[in-house]
Amino acid sequence: MAVPILKQGRFLIASIQSALTDQDLIQFRDDLAELVGRYRAKGVIVDVTALDVLDSFATRTLRAIAYMTKLRGAETVIVGIQPDVALSMVQLGLTLEDVATALDLEEGLTFLNQRLEEAHGA
Amino acid sequence: MEREVRVRIQSSTDIVSARQQGRALAAQAGFSSSNLTIIATAISEVARNIVEYAKEGEVVLSLINDSHKKGLQIVASDQGPGIADIATVMRDGYSTGKGLGIGLPGSRRLMDEFEITSQVGKGTTVTMRKFVG
Repeated sequence: MAVPILKQGRFLIASIQSALTDQDLIQFRDDLAELVGRYRAKGVIVDVTALDVLDSFATRTLRAIAYMTKLRGAETVIVGIQPDVALSMVQLGLTLEDVATALDLEEGLTFLNQRLEEAHGA
Repeated sequence: MEREVRVRIQSSTDIVSARQQGRALAAQAGFSSSNLTIIATAISEVARNIVEYAKEGEVVLSLINDSHKKGLQIVASDQGPGIADIATVMRDGYSTGKGLGIGLPGSRRLMDEFEITSQVGKGTTVTMRKFVG
């Protein structure tokens, strides 16, 4: 199950549509790292609204995506972690430390736009 | 009403299948939506351990329907290499594989009851239960 990745200005928006296997997640991670270069993206939004489980492997892969894209010059923000999923992650002992998160797509775009402005202002 | 579901675990596709079937069965028991997510997550962790360490095994999901307790039992078993030192693998952050070392101790936190038995060279069985309410 491939994750559709859309280009929106300087950003890439990836909306995960359904449950992903570990292989799908690794493919998604590698696709994003490649597309950041191809589109010279400055930001990436990963929308996980549709995911009903974020287990240790998925969390580790999201963290890897954020670090990899950062090394490629793009900021990643994870959006749409559902309340039940957040609770389950906390009880399992999973964190997304050092990874930006936002409530939803809109907040994620606001966050990335601010980051881009800050970078230009600096 | 379905009472027991057996899921053969051989690949990461089966991990997704096991947690989806577990969620569906647990929904029949009347768990809250947050507990359904917690159950699906715990199943995902123990099923992944099978794929990662034993290559194949089985997850058996069954409804608990005693007069005083309702819930779901999950038994994940394999005939893999087994675990020599269970106390160590139950510690957060310990892993001999590619994982975060959070699967087993984390699953114990997610569930109400958690037992693990293992014999080196024979295999591992994890039994977990979650009760409604």
